[in-house]
Amino acid sequence: MDSKIPSGPLADKWTKHKNDINLVNPANKRNIDVIVVGTGLAGGAAAATLAELGYNVKTFCYQDSPRRAHSIAAQGGINAAKNYQGDGDSNYRLFYDTIKGGDYRSREANVYRLAEVSGNIIDQCVAQGVPFAREYGGLLDNRSFGGVLVSRTFYAKGQTGQQLLLGAYSAMNRQINRGKIQAYNRHEMMDLVLVDGKARGIIARDLVSGEIERHSAHAVVLATGGYGNVFFLSTNAMGSNVMAAWRAHRKGAFFANPCFTQIHPTCIPVSGEHQSKLTLMSESLRNDGRIWVPKKMEDAVAIREGKLKPTQLAEEDRDYYLERRYPAFGNLVPRDVASRAAKERCDAGFGVNKTGEAVYLDFASAIKRYGKEKALTSGIKDPDEATIIKLGEEVIEAKYGNLFQMYEKIVDQNPYKTPMMIYPAVHYTMGGLWVDYNLQTTIPGCYAAGEANFSDHGANRLGASALMQGLADGYFVLPYTIGDYLSHDIRTGKIPTDSKEFDEAEKQVRDRMEKLMGGSGIHSVDYYHKKLGKIMWNKCGMARNAKELEEAVKEISDLRKDFWENVKVPGTIDSKNQELEKAGRVADFLELGELFAKDALHRNESCGGHFREEYQTEEGEALRDDKNFKYVAAWEFAGEPKDAKLHKEDLVYENIELKTRSYK
Amino acid sequence: MVDGKPNNEQRTTNNYITMKLYLKIWRQKDASSAGKIVDYTLDGVEGDMSFLEMLDILNEELISKGEEPVEFDHDCREGICGTCSLQINGEPHGPDRLVTTCQLHMRKFNDGDTIVIEPFRAKAFPVIKDLIVDRSSFDRIQQAGGYISVNTSGNTVDANAIPINKHAADEAMDAATCIGCGACVAACKNASAMLFTSAKVSQFALLPQGRVEAVERVQNMVRQMDLEGFGNCTNTGACEVECPKGISLTNIARMNREYLSATVKG
Repeated sequence: MDSKIPSGPLADKWTKHKNDINLVNPANKRNIDVIVVGTGLAGGAAAATLAELGYNVKTFCYQDSPRRAHSIAAQGGINAAKNYQGDGDSNYRLFYDTIKGGDYRSREANVYRLAEVSGNIIDQCVAQGVPFAREYGGLLDNRSFGGVLVSRTFYAKGQTGQQLLLGAYSAMNRQINRGKIQAYNRHEMMDLVLVDGKARGIIARDLVSGEIERHSAHAVVLATGGYGNVFFLSTNAMGSNVMAAWRAHRKGAFFANPCFTQIHPTCIPVSGEHQSKLTLMSESLRNDGRIWVPKKMEDAVAIREGKLKPTQLAEEDRDYYLERRYPAFGNLVPRDVASRAAKERCDAGFGVNKTGEAVYLDFASAIKRYGKEKALTSGIKDPDEATIIKLGEEVIEAKYGNLFQMYEKIVDQNPYKTPMMIYPAVHYTMGGLWVDYNLQTTIPGCYAAGEANFSDHGANRLGASALMQGLADGYFVLPYTIGDYLSHDIRTGKIPTDSKEFDEAEKQVRDRMEKLMGGSGIHSVDYYHKKLGKIMWNKCGMARNAKELEEAVKEISDLRKDFWENVKVPGTIDSKNQELEKAGRVADFLELGELFAKDALHRNESCGGHFREEYQTEEGEALRDDKNFKYVAAWEFAGEPKDAKLHKEDLVYENIELKTRSYK
Repeated sequence: MVDGKPNNEQRTTNNYITMKLYLKIWRQKDASSAGKIVDYTLDGVEGDMSFLEMLDILNEELISKGEEPVEFDHDCREGICGTCSLQINGEPHGPDRLVTTCQLHMRKFNDGDTIVIEPFRAKAFPVIKDLIVDRSSFDRIQQAGGYISVNTSGNTVDANAIPINKHAADEAMDAATCIGCGACVAACKNASAMLFTSAKVSQFALLPQGRVEAVERVQNMVRQMDLEGFGNCTNTGACEVECPKGISLTNIARMNREYLSATVKG
């Protein structure tokens, strides 16, 4: 695998590369078309920037507006090595934290570039009018996230993703208004079209009319997010899917590290069988919330039976297990570590809700701490307990008000008065389409950006780094690197859509949809999706082992066969049909799931979010095997997912010494 | 618990009694067909279900009976994407306050209730199918001026070069939290989009970065709003009451000031 990492010292690679690559002159850019699929942070930012540069851009999204992409749901913040807090932050530290947080399974050069452009992102977003939180002096405020010892996270209340996405959306709107972007909303990419081995367009379906359309371009950018919905229940949006990436995979793009999935530690627990999705409670809450379960089994049982309230439990009867196990990072250990620790306590019988799958996230001590401080700064010398709590609750409300409100609406409990209940849930996928340093997949002219690619987070992503990577790829990396490729297309002219390649791709799309509609009609799409989700969660979830992974490969393969024979899709192909949309997505999840299990099975080590029960230390920490698995597993499609061919990209660490990750 | 809400004991009881509901749902094949209200009875609804999960169950039943499911817009199901809509018993996003339909839970209803579910009604939001409406008019208002003209360069000034008063920044943030769902339009007897448009105008009017283009922005956005066929504002304030994000009516006042001064400046 040629990752095309530029030579030279780490800190100079990106600058040197930008100086070395070819440019396209402004007059020629007007003759070049680029398709961007997905309009979240990565896609929206890329589309706007490419259009600013002068390319003709077409964007596609399944939502009714680019503003609704699921980047909008990111809550806590975005990292940048600005060192505004003077706490010793630097590009190197952000780079180091990200590599270490990813458990040494990401590419040094990519991650360093990410750290390098992180500051530019904040500058750009502020210039766009993104209303980041500020201090009383008028300067930007920061908070801390897991796995780091500095405050480098910029935020806009608990809606940072929303504000950044609306920033990218506004930049897109400016280009739509100028006619440089044509936005195809409520459209879904059904397949990638290759001409002479290069990505030259897509087949899309207008989700309102049902019409199948052909769109050509000189390059195609996939910024279609992650595949967490393979688990059915996740914090992803209902429509989030892997179709674009998977279609590209089937056409020759290698899929990297599919088993690297992030299970986020702080989500609202599942309440019943009817559950359709899970809701995240931002990691930023771990700045102030303390995570605990009862120390004694009888207390845990009494709480589950409703005979005891958490607030009645004395301090010494609580087990703040993260603070106990990881004194240096405490409640702010990385996500994979926090999730596994919660699972360990719940599996041992200390869970605190009906299902036994919940732990407490408690703000009582933060409320008191803030209340005391606020009383002092408000000139109240001897505040009573009630005043302290009242003032403290106000501070917490100002910081996390919208999250607390969301919790209360869903759970119907007041988190200011009783601790929140949380449990890990599928949140983000570090795996994705394999890309080189230029973000190009193994198909020439097909690029992948944001969560859709695998590049920067290794086996575990640190909090507030997804927004950073999406915008880095979209604003500052892809617009440069794609120019190098497009510089060879200045004489190509418009790509025709009446070629045999387009004919064939369209036919395949039509045949596939007809096949979906032609099932015997026994079970709904959701029936299969839920079944797949159960297999994934039980056998490919927070802890995995060889036996169950082997079973998963077989079960998913059988379920897929059943799906194609017996699925029931009502309605017609040539009209609005949400069940048909879902069916196409679930069909791809049923293939991806199998590759996921196969990848997890082949990786005989534990690293980051990939925890194999066979490979752990005596204390239950992940046991990495750098001798045999210090590589990116890039899978080439070969018919059935289980027959995919493995290609290895060895990861070279020249600037960081590989160590066992420790947050103790 | 917070005032007026049931305590935990009551809640637990409510949750585990299942409800039988009588649903009256707007069905419409496509934009050019006539629509009508169709009655459905749904049993076994639990209080912990969200409103959309209740509709999921209805749809599973319809599919198993060989009928076409009810189509409705939804995506994030955590109240932030603004995709879900629905006029529930005459109110956008239903009876609860400060929530979108996806976060409305069935515990707000009682066993035996009749619930009328319609799409958002406005000339500028034509129905696409069943409960789904076309809100692209909102996008076009944003395209007319809802941005600051800055290219992606990576060398705009340092983010801390211009200190911004915290109060102004917080107020801009409050305006910026609009999710573009359209509840304000659906709530308004004139189907006015003033709250939506003014939220973006306000966000930028409050920030120094936004002042440069303030005159053109407010004029262009208001012109587009009128072109799309939204009605005028008569200050009834229904939009603010129904807004799931609590966008304040003061934004409309600010936009009117901006518009007036832009007109004077010409």
